[in-house]
Amino acid sequence: MTALSALPDPQGFFGDFGGQFVAETLMPLILELQGCYEAAKDDPAFREELAYFQRDYVGRPSPLYFAERLTEHFGGAKIYFKREELNHTGAHKINNCIGQILLAKRMGKNRIIAETGAGMHGVATATVAARFGMKCVVYMGATDIDRQQANVFRMRLLGAEVIPVESGMGTLKDAMNEALRDWVTNVDDTFYIIGTVAGPHPYPAMVRDFQAVIGHETRDQMLEKEQRLPDSLVACIGGGSNAMGLFHPFLKDESVHMIGVEAGGHGISTGEHAASLNGGEPGVLHGNRTYLLQNVDGQIQDAHSISAGLDYPGIGPEHAYLHSTKRVEYVSITDQEAIDAFQLCCRKEGIIPALETAHALAEIAKRAPELPKDHLMVVNLSGRGDKDMTSVAEYLGDSF
Amino acid sequence: MTAQANATDVSISRITQRFEDLKAEGRSALVTFVTAGDPDPETSQAILDGLPAAGADIIELGMPFTDPMADGPAIQKGAQRALKAGQNQRKTLEMVRRFRAHDQDTPIVLMGYYNPIYRYGVEAFLNDAAEAGIDGLIVVDLPPEHDGELCLPAAEKGLNFIRLATPTTDDARLPKVLENTSGFLYYVSVAGVTGAGSASSEAVEKAVERLKLHSTLPVAVGFGIKTPEHAAMVARSADAVVVGSALVNTIEQAESPQAAIEGVHSLTHALAQGVRTARQAG
Repeated sequence: MTALSALPDPQGFFGDFGGQFVAETLMPLILELQGCYEAAKDDPAFREELAYFQRDYVGRPSPLYFAERLTEHFGGAKIYFKREELNHTGAHKINNCIGQILLAKRMGKNRIIAETGAGMHGVATATVAARFGMKCVVYMGATDIDRQQANVFRMRLLGAEVIPVESGMGTLKDAMNEALRDWVTNVDDTFYIIGTVAGPHPYPAMVRDFQAVIGHETRDQMLEKEQRLPDSLVACIGGGSNAMGLFHPFLKDESVHMIGVEAGGHGISTGEHAASLNGGEPGVLHGNRTYLLQNVDGQIQDAHSISAGLDYPGIGPEHAYLHSTKRVEYVSITDQEAIDAFQLCCRKEGIIPALETAHALAEIAKRAPELPKDHLMVVNLSGRGDKDMTSVAEYLGDSF
Repeated sequence: MTAQANATDVSISRITQRFEDLKAEGRSALVTFVTAGDPDPETSQAILDGLPAAGADIIELGMPFTDPMADGPAIQKGAQRALKAGQNQRKTLEMVRRFRAHDQDTPIVLMGYYNPIYRYGVEAFLNDAAEAGIDGLIVVDLPPEHDGELCLPAAEKGLNFIRLATPTTDDARLPKVLENTSGFLYYVSVAGVTGAGSASSEAVEKAVERLKLHSTLPVAVGFGIKTPEHAAMVARSADAVVVGSALVNTIEQAESPQAAIEGVHSLTHALAQGVRTARQAG
């Protein structure tokens, strides 16, 4: 196996996955971004500036919290939450946005575009754009706008223009198509902040690197609290940035078991899900080769999940690679299981998790009871659930 | 067809032959784009079959894809209509087989995105495309960095791989773009999606001159060309003029399949007139 730190290769491949499958108009921009990112990564001034904003603006490090009541409830593994929901803007998304906007500034770009599903990446992007005085345009599927009204309002308050995308199902993949079309049209002044570890190289590696702060902190915090590494890591996966951020710094530690949780929607067998690894096939979309939900003719199929942030028919190429090497175990959780875990977390820990995060919590509900009490399990509490009140109420047949 | 003519056919591609013939005539080529299966398989076949008589010199046939990231609203909707009517890769190849039963000369270039080809299987697709009578491929999301995926295997089967050059392709990058390109070079005259704004005649002329410094391939110019006048303007400097969204819009606006067929053919005829008279007008 190629050394993990050496991936991706210079063409942006993680094994068979990744690459730079974009139109020629974008190629020069992507190559420029790649060069600038490589230079910035090794520039102490860039790293210092990033660290400053992570600490004083985002609020890092996020705590590693012992979820005592949930641990008692399950009666097995000792459960820790990595509290990414306490970050400024309420999710892990801002870790990446801060990094990319500093890069945009370095490259002299002054117009920011982004795609968003649940709206968390859109809010984080609008936030950093406001902070750095840049114009911001966020593409969001019309369906997602309906189910995430609060986040749409937040983005507008922050000065961003939110453009509804009607094509396809009006969800995350369609928003990403539209953002790419914008980028192709506005090549001179625009920086595209992709929200996850997908897209053409260097995005999957770059977003991973900006999110890896999650795993690096977790390692230090666990060593301090328990004097050893965790036994397992659990995170939900749409495109896969919060999972990659937690997992990547532990990939070489063979004793650490990692579980990525895809959105199973109504169940894989129903065809209505967002589980690209468990229910998809390799293909090429949005600049990279990865696992995709598609039909036999290579047409992309719409994903389904109760959680808008996981509602994407693809997955980051490094996850596809880690799936192929079996280094990470990928499972899926249904809408119903996620809702159950969502409610349990609210009542046992006094933490309202994002519906995305609830998928990871549902997986620990399955595993923790069977594990010994000295098993250290970390779940990435990737986001808070304030944005999901309407969706959850509707699902439970409730209203407020 | 004589044995001698056959031998000529093997040594030179239909695309190259067509450009050589038009060069002798002293005019530019009209390249028309429609999406295979738009608005339905039968209407689309009739549109395709009538294009050469209407004045198309080269035909670009779109392979519909759910996520056409480089296309504007017109071609996106055309692809959606085709997919809704049941179009797929096999049916697209079958359309070309039927066309070839009565037209052995007009070059056909398939244009689209990589995933439907990848899923079909590259080897199988290239075999079937060559057998169906396809002459070239334009695959928007395969830059030269990924020539090993499809471009080089296609060349081995005798299919031209036509590359897009754009305003963002600078002189340093151009040789890489040209390296394995064959048939012709497609210059995207504006940075943007298909059907959007258009470049000025000076900008087009300058761009074509620049490309000619780097390559002996014919240069086709497209993106945003909608009217016979505009086509004529571009045809003064370019070896070929590509029109797509305007034709696809005609299909969308047509009130019946017959109106779609007639609309596409009459616009093609008008565009062809523009292209044919461009250099006479000076």
